[in-house]
Amino acid sequence: MASSAYNQNLHRFAVFSACLTLVLVTAGALVTSNDAGLSIPDWPLAYHSVVPPFVGGIRYEFTHRVIAACEITISLIFALWLWRAEPRKKVRYFGWIAIAVVIAQAVLGGMTVIFRQPPWISTAHATLAQIFFCTVVSLALFTSRWWWQDASTMDDSGSPHIRTLAIFAAVATLLQLVLGAEFRHKGLGIAPHLIGAAVVTGMIFWTAGTLRRRFPSSPALTKCRVLLHALIGTQLVLGAGAYWSRIATQTDPQPMPVMVTLTVAHVVVGALTLAGTVAVALVTNRLLRHESEAVAPASRAQEAM
Amino acid sequence: MKIRYSAYLLIAAGLAFALVSCGKSPETEQPAGGGGTAQGGQAVDASTAGTVTGTIKLQGTAPVMKNINMSAEAYCVSQHASAPAKDESVVTGPGGTLANAVVYIQDDMSKYSFTAPSDAAKIDQKGCQYHPHVVGMMAGQTLQVTNSDNTTHNIHPVPKDNREWNQSQPPGAAPLMEVFSRPENAIPVKCNVHPWMKSYIFVFKNPYFSVTGPDGKYNIANLPPGTYTVVAWQEQYGTVTGQVTIGAKESKSVDLSFNAASSGD
Repeated sequence: MASSAYNQNLHRFAVFSACLTLVLVTAGALVTSNDAGLSIPDWPLAYHSVVPPFVGGIRYEFTHRVIAACEITISLIFALWLWRAEPRKKVRYFGWIAIAVVIAQAVLGGMTVIFRQPPWISTAHATLAQIFFCTVVSLALFTSRWWWQDASTMDDSGSPHIRTLAIFAAVATLLQLVLGAEFRHKGLGIAPHLIGAAVVTGMIFWTAGTLRRRFPSSPALTKCRVLLHALIGTQLVLGAGAYWSRIATQTDPQPMPVMVTLTVAHVVVGALTLAGTVAVALVTNRLLRHESEAVAPASRAQEAM
Repeated sequence: MKIRYSAYLLIAAGLAFALVSCGKSPETEQPAGGGGTAQGGQAVDASTAGTVTGTIKLQGTAPVMKNINMSAEAYCVSQHASAPAKDESVVTGPGGTLANAVVYIQDDMSKYSFTAPSDAAKIDQKGCQYHPHVVGMMAGQTLQVTNSDNTTHNIHPVPKDNREWNQSQPPGAAPLMEVFSRPENAIPVKCNVHPWMKSYIFVFKNPYFSVTGPDGKYNIANLPPGTYTVVAWQEQYGTVTGQVTIGAKESKSVDLSFNAASSGD
């Protein structure tokens, strides 16, 4: 059985890496919400030393850098471990893609400091963080016991195909995150992000609704639609709260805890939403086939993803 | 295939290394030595120049300024042990006078030549706040930034028409000397270490500006005879204008008021 190649420790490490990435995203959001992005004006050193004075906004920025360094180390270890222990070639290479993405992310982070946060660099840094999070979540999925198990594919004879809907939902969510980052880094107003929210909500409800109609009894696909509903519902509430808090505290002399908390939570759940839509796209791609595709009864665990 | 992916990693590492090599704290442009000379033209005839004075007031009920929470740094809290620091967006004096309003002549004075003062405009960081809250200076004049606190600040002006810079200033550091070469209104200044610290810098082509104190008074001297538009700016209420005609060696008063119910530009 293919699941005998399942490596529990490798999978746990992948999950750990994903969790650390979420912590890193949180730390980065705290930097922006506390307007501490340039509290350390140099890079890669901090005030010309390894450890800066740990006061004010420097706490957020330096903590973010430390966690980022840990993440790069973890990602490198994981890539090397995958290279040695993972039998599937594409998953091995995906590990190297992850390390390349996180190094590029570190470079972008340095550029935000050196070039003093032009909106496009800050937005690229925020966007690539989300993409990296999706990368490590995908690796956690690929190394999971469930992914190793033989999966019975189901015919999706409807139109549009669920695989297509799931992919579009993920793409729409990514674009929405870009618009959100542009708003946070003062490249755009709020209107595009609000419009994007409507589009993403529509896409996710469409995908989840189609899953429920066509495959109401599939445990895996039921979990997918529950996940989608939970994430988008939470994100909409947090988005409304974040915007309200921004307006309510706009006359305050500094970023207020309520605004920081709601905005950071909105960013973090946004990352989870994107990762969730990507995971759903991967799962539906694995479980569903169009009726026109050839039947392939062989174990899909041995296929390249 | 292995070689190709290794090459990609090497490129990424090389990029990171290059960025590390280039990574450094932003360099400060050497100030132009102060006293830069503005556009060519005739000198103002002091024998006929007049003065515009006045008082800037706030009509209506002034907003209550909120306390600043400096708990992010114990030193900052200690500097306000007797009473918390307050937001300085709207500072009023007796009788509704308005501090930190910038009053200036809006008209084109390019036919006259002006020399930026050789003495520097000053900003001090004390008690984890900028002093003064609003600075007026001339293009080409030196801005001197000092840190009187026993903690690190970074001073970060965010101009639109001038070069942006962001400099850290640890305790005991030498004053920072910077120059803004282009006129620009309301350059926001912030400290990314202490997010409540805010100030504004106005950079003018000519010396016809004044920043009000708690008494709300302004004084614009050595103004050639003529008709002028007097503009007053306040960070929360925007701008109000007035007109004045100055004769030879005449002194006129133009009082301007902001409405507390308005939200500004």
